[in-house]
Amino acid sequence: MQKNEVKKSNENILMRMVRNQMFIPLLALAVLAIFNLIADPSVFKITLSENSAGNPVLSGLLITVLDNGSELAILAIGMTLVTAASGGQDISVGAAVAIAGSVLLRMLCGGNSRPEELAMPIIVAFLISCVVAMLFGAFNGVLVAYFKIQPMIATLILYTAGRSIAAWINNNELPVITDPGLSYFGGFIPGIPIPTPFFIAMICVLIMFLVLKFTNLGLYTQAVGINENSSRLNGLNPQIIKIISFVILGLCVAVVGLIKVSRVQSINYSVIAKDIEMDAILAVALGGNALSGGKFNMAASIFGAYVIQFLTQTLYKFKVSADALPAYKAVVVIILVVISAPTVKEWFGKMTKKFKVKEVA
Amino acid sequence: MKDNIVLQMKNIHKSFPGVRALQGVDFTLRKGEIHALMGENGAGKSTLIKVLTGVYSKDEGDILLDGHQGPIAIHSPQDAQKVGISTVYQEITLCPNLSVAENMFIGRTSGMGQNWKKVNSDTDKILKSLDIPATATQQLETCSLAVQQMIAIARAVDMDCKVLILDEPTSSLDEQEVEKLFTLMRDLRSRGVGIVFVTHFLDQVYEVCDRITVMRDGQLVGEYEIKDLPRVKLVSKMLGKELDDMSDIKGEQKAYERKAGAVPVLEAQGRVSDAGIKPFDFHIDKGEVNGFTGLLGSGRSECVRAIFGADRVTGGTIKMNGKPVKINKALDAMKNGIAYLPEDRKGDGIVGDLSVRENIILAQQVLRGFFKPFSKAKQYEIADEYIKLLSIKTASADTPIKSLSGGNQQKVILARWLFTHPEYLILDEPTRGIDVGTKVDIQKLVLKLASEGMSVTFISSELDEMLRTCSRLVVMRDRKVVGELSGDDLNQSKVMSTIAGGDK
Amino acid sequence: MSNNKTKASGGFLDKLNNLTDTNLLLTITVVIFFLMYIGAMIFQGGGFLKAQQFFNLLNTNAALIVLACGLSLVMITGGIDISVGGVTALVSMCCAVYLDHMGGNVFVSVLVALAIGLAFGAFQGFLVAYLDIQPFIVTLAGMFFARGMTTIVNTKPFNVANEAFTKLKMTRVIIPGLGSVNRKGDYIDAYVEIGVVVALLVVVVMFCLLRWTKLGRSFYAVGGNRQSALMLGINVKRTRFLSHLLCGLLAGIGGYVYFLHVGSGSPSHAMGAEMDAIASSIIGGTMLTGGVGNIAGTLLGVMSLGTILQIVSAAGLGEAWWVGITRAAMLCLFLIVQSLVMSRKKK
Repeated sequence: MQKNEVKKSNENILMRMVRNQMFIPLLALAVLAIFNLIADPSVFKITLSENSAGNPVLSGLLITVLDNGSELAILAIGMTLVTAASGGQDISVGAAVAIAGSVLLRMLCGGNSRPEELAMPIIVAFLISCVVAMLFGAFNGVLVAYFKIQPMIATLILYTAGRSIAAWINNNELPVITDPGLSYFGGFIPGIPIPTPFFIAMICVLIMFLVLKFTNLGLYTQAVGINENSSRLNGLNPQIIKIISFVILGLCVAVVGLIKVSRVQSINYSVIAKDIEMDAILAVALGGNALSGGKFNMAASIFGAYVIQFLTQTLYKFKVSADALPAYKAVVVIILVVISAPTVKEWFGKMTKKFKVKEVA
Repeated sequence: MKDNIVLQMKNIHKSFPGVRALQGVDFTLRKGEIHALMGENGAGKSTLIKVLTGVYSKDEGDILLDGHQGPIAIHSPQDAQKVGISTVYQEITLCPNLSVAENMFIGRTSGMGQNWKKVNSDTDKILKSLDIPATATQQLETCSLAVQQMIAIARAVDMDCKVLILDEPTSSLDEQEVEKLFTLMRDLRSRGVGIVFVTHFLDQVYEVCDRITVMRDGQLVGEYEIKDLPRVKLVSKMLGKELDDMSDIKGEQKAYERKAGAVPVLEAQGRVSDAGIKPFDFHIDKGEVNGFTGLLGSGRSECVRAIFGADRVTGGTIKMNGKPVKINKALDAMKNGIAYLPEDRKGDGIVGDLSVRENIILAQQVLRGFFKPFSKAKQYEIADEYIKLLSIKTASADTPIKSLSGGNQQKVILARWLFTHPEYLILDEPTRGIDVGTKVDIQKLVLKLASEGMSVTFISSELDEMLRTCSRLVVMRDRKVVGELSGDDLNQSKVMSTIAGGDK
Repeated sequence: MSNNKTKASGGFLDKLNNLTDTNLLLTITVVIFFLMYIGAMIFQGGGFLKAQQFFNLLNTNAALIVLACGLSLVMITGGIDISVGGVTALVSMCCAVYLDHMGGNVFVSVLVALAIGLAFGAFQGFLVAYLDIQPFIVTLAGMFFARGMTTIVNTKPFNVANEAFTKLKMTRVIIPGLGSVNRKGDYIDAYVEIGVVVALLVVVVMFCLLRWTKLGRSFYAVGGNRQSALMLGINVKRTRFLSHLLCGLLAGIGGYVYFLHVGSGSPSHAMGAEMDAIASSIIGGTMLTGGVGNIAGTLLGVMSLGTILQIVSAAGLGEAWWVGITRAAMLCLFLIVQSLVMSRKKK
């Protein structure tokens, strides 16, 4: 990343590698890969086969990781920004995905729960769901920025109500869409063997990359997250910037809603995107970003998301049920926060110093 | 130990990485006296107090206390309280959501139970005996600040303290409240308590104190009876300049002459903010360097913050080049060509985790707008230019600013504002806590900028810096402007006597 | 509660201004609860006129009362614990498995519940207090861990068929004189379940603890201003640790009360209970920022939340989403009230 690196001795290169933000996710990836290799090398096999529609598709554990991890990667983009600007996390993303998905279906069905044809083009319905999701994001943002409620508590409101709102939007019906056009977003586009969510994620990543390059979003969010006073004295409006970060997360949520709904051509309000907030937070943390806000590394977060999905798939592979997964991930979270806690770092620093002193002596 | 001496600190040394905060300081406190500890910022008085109260551990030296054989060891504020040294800080360190009685007694005994009836009646007794207008069951929050301060003192007194340290207790009180506090202090003095009083208000020192110890640059300047040390002398001791030292530093700035009818670059009238200053008028001309002077806490920073819109502005007008402008927030000021280097470098200035490069471009980037970021290449070009121009010592433009030394951090912030090409530059304590070389660099730079037509307001705690750079000084005392000096009046004795309050 | 002997001369507004935050928020809660309940009696009549309706409110919310007490405690100390719902589910499941599959002893099952609660409290408390990690992240992980563990212990929901337990579960405390006459003309006694007794006991104990013990006041001190508390000589780390430990213990007790009420184990038990507990606590006047709160208010908060949910369903908005939305709306409303109270304080 950094251009002006001065070359130093080999030892320093090693130290720099360890300090690099990509180190932890890479290490986690390596550990997982080795573990899988030892347990069952066949997990890495990728096969080309025909799916039920007669299209050639790739399948295998790695493809599943790419497929499902893409949803997470998209959320990680928004979550990283929110974390950086507000120093807290949005725990309502799962519920918000349910809302976005519900709005999308409602628009497509137009009141009929088994429509013969779509009530409006998918793109229009998607844009409407984007607007709704961004409004909910803005709601969270206002609570955080103007009412000064801690992000996690503020988003607790939507976390509690979100799935109820989603059910309410569709009158608690479970509409089913038969139009094949919708299935492309969460499945495969005929003729292309790679799952579409991966392409969608890559488009999001590309857009984010361009936004970070051609606007000051990155600089502003980081400045606000690191030192709000100083940012204010440099002419920034910290409140607006926090709200913007939540709105962007809302947009990411809408995209994930589209993928999720497309996968099943329907919706289950209480199951859709369940526990995804935990994974999204975990992706940010695994990417080496401080959960207390400030400087962020977007690439590391996105990479972290795929690593988390790899972990999930590995656990599935070992017959861990979907409901039991959170227990394992909770352990990973605790390990991550403990090793990055300042007091622990300080203690660790002291220990290494002592060790070095002993070595010298 | 002599009879009436209650506390003696001998030859105290304390160093922090890179700083020798205390170098062989002695301090003596007698029974039943109010002893002022004076010194400008960085003189070491708060370090000395923190050593005494066990917040810091001393490197060298002894602390002797009446009633104890030999030197005593104090490792924590709790230790200090146990041996009878209590401290009351500027920010009230009580819990506003508890009752008065609870604040008086919590944390003093171990064990689960507490007889609240007894605690309440005891508290009422103490409050009555010290004539503090509060009741035991009242919630602390509902008391005025002065009463809260007194309750903190009452707590200390009730813990049988022999030494009471009051660390700037009056800075958030109004006159009447201060008077009440002084009555209490005199009462305690008559009971034989030794009181150490730290304050920046000279009037208050002369009103209640018996003795003064002056410190400067981590060293003891001396201990004086109050009657032997008139105000002007005290100020000169604090600032480290002898009064008779008339070989005044000649200003290096060109004698600035005001052209008749010239329109000031900036003119403020009745400007006031919610930071607690009295409304003030101010103006500055093109190419002029002027300054706000006064002791710490006199309101000099608050004034420039009010001009820049850093605090909530509550009144007054500002004209730029004769045209009225609205400045309510920082961005307004920046758009009108004003730049402000804040006093609190760490809290308001640097964005610690960001690189030197990002810190330099920040302000100009905000001015340019959200959609017009500088390209990476341009950023490096700018950063390298300013790093060279101000000779900032940094490993690279990508080094996080927090890993730079204080002086270099300050230069980065200076670069940030110079890059916005301001018409009017406000520098609030740009030289605090940085090495001498950098100080001189900054002063030279200020003069150079002024000669190129920039208007600069320069604030510093060090008087010679101000005299060397400014052609006009606005003098402040107790949060209001009390005078303006220029031309021949710009000499140390005149400035000091104005700061101290005339001939008093 | 009346630590307000200030010179409250002048009108009602002056008095209102002189109210401490605790009392102000408590007053709001009391007024809202009674308005709501009386309103329901007048406009909806029916069940609300019977005393049993009120006791049923207690019966269904007994566990929530205990959980909310724990949360109030942590929130007063300036922390948060969102693992209590998960712990409740885990406790129910473990006790169910122990009593049903292993034919265990009821008394031991209570100990199991307490041990689980204490273990969570101790671990989370340690991470929060001594390693200084954000309580939200720690307890979020705790919540996911507890939920996951519940399914690991047993995937399927099932009812407990342990005789001693069933007997305990069916134990009812008759309230004399408040019964009602049914359509056939038989007199039916008003009753509360055994869990309600436990819950009310917890309320009384916690009220006394917070009001009169030194530990209780230390919780307030630490929540009000951590730095000041330290300067006053309070062991801040230990106090924060104890608040989480006690909250964990109460989650264990609450979990058992819940288990007594439902008599089954299921991974989907007590879904969102942490949110209900936090909401009740906030409605009851506990400030998220710490230092302000009252157990009596928490009890009223639980009852208010229960009442409004009952009103919503009695009003024919029986669909599940109305309940969820109402709950969130209440939470949002009270959070904003708190935010306004805070800004009042700054002035």
